[in-house]
Amino acid sequence: MLALYIRDVRLGIRAGGGALVGVLFFLAVIATIPFGVGPDLNLLARIGPAILWIGALLASLLGLDRLFQAEREDGSLDLIVLNHDRHMLAATVFVKCLAHWTASVLPLVVAAPLFGLFMNMEPIGIGAAALTLLVGTPAITFIGAAGAAVAVALPRGGLLVSVLVLPLVIPVLIFGVSASYGAVNSPNPFLQPFLILCALSLFLAVIGPVAAALALRHGTD
Amino acid sequence: MRLSAENIEGRRGGETIFSGIGFTLGAGEALVVTGPNGAGKSTLLRVVGGLLPHAAGRLSLEGGGEEFPSVESACHYLGPDNAMKTALTVSENLGFWQSFFGRPQVSVMEALETVGLETIGHLPFGYLSTGQRRRVSIAKLLVSHRPVWLLDEPTSGLDKRSEAHFSELMRTHLEEGGIIVAATHLPLGLESVQELRMEGHQ
Repeated sequence: MLALYIRDVRLGIRAGGGALVGVLFFLAVIATIPFGVGPDLNLLARIGPAILWIGALLASLLGLDRLFQAEREDGSLDLIVLNHDRHMLAATVFVKCLAHWTASVLPLVVAAPLFGLFMNMEPIGIGAAALTLLVGTPAITFIGAAGAAVAVALPRGGLLVSVLVLPLVIPVLIFGVSASYGAVNSPNPFLQPFLILCALSLFLAVIGPVAAALALRHGTD
Repeated sequence: MRLSAENIEGRRGGETIFSGIGFTLGAGEALVVTGPNGAGKSTLLRVVGGLLPHAAGRLSLEGGGEEFPSVESACHYLGPDNAMKTALTVSENLGFWQSFFGRPQVSVMEALETVGLETIGHLPFGYLSTGQRRRVSIAKLLVSHRPVWLLDEPTSGLDKRSEAHFSELMRTHLEEGGIIVAATHLPLGLESVQELRMEGHQ
């Protein structure tokens, strides 16, 4: 399992630089917002956490469709499914999700504080946004794996995966943004939405891989 | 160890490809599946490997013990694709499959030597020619132990010398009590094999 994790992280970093593309897309989203809404610093600071979250959400959906499609195209998926007695398929999916998160999503979380400066956010707000992204983005990957597994046999499944997954990650977005706001606006709570966000991540860490494994098991035709 | 199939029916997309197929293979026996294109040779291999469900019939492995409780767990599947990542080196690819499959048999370097590619272990898999890729894929059968080999057109892309060498590998595997099921058009150079001719579903 560790071998699978290392292989996937290596592939993510080496082949085509999936990590860098995500960060560039994130940067593009964040950089265009101030042009769109105008140079009102107070407004930017107010919508900052939401924009960071939306940018990170969209960027983390970018490479998801290739999660299983690449494995299927070169025949690796057959061997992974064949060995489901040795490595439970859901566990394999879980490890692949972790590797994907490390290689493609973690760079977004690391870049988020820098992009927070673009949005004129306060230091504490930036810290809160980065922290909520850190605990919230795994949920996006886990539920995205289920979407990717459903669309694995479709040659142009990329957009479909995003459309399938977006409605399911709305709760993650809502609690992530409200926790970020709670850290800077005093009457709003930070801890409660943050804990719900953690719970969502843990919950989807179980549901996502199991659903994806089920879809893969029946999609190997 | 005994791999047996009784009256298997294979379907794809709701359409019956073949039915009433049966065979029994003991340790050290090989089955060559022949037939025209579209007769269901590959489908049969995928059904045996549990990658496709069988619509009817029974498929079982006896004598696998605790190590190999099901047919799938005892199988190596060499499909039409090589299951290697082009961005990783040959050794990295084989090393990954070895630790993923478990039950290591020979080291990656020894397996590469067996297929005559010991000098290119450091190259990315994407740099190799079609025949070399196939040979790396064959080396994948050697790095981990599995008693049953399911081979789908194993010699496609191989030159005459590599073909002969691969026959040698298969013979060794059979002598050690392995089982081979191969779908192919080309003679594999094995003596005393069972043959199953598939004519497609009427």
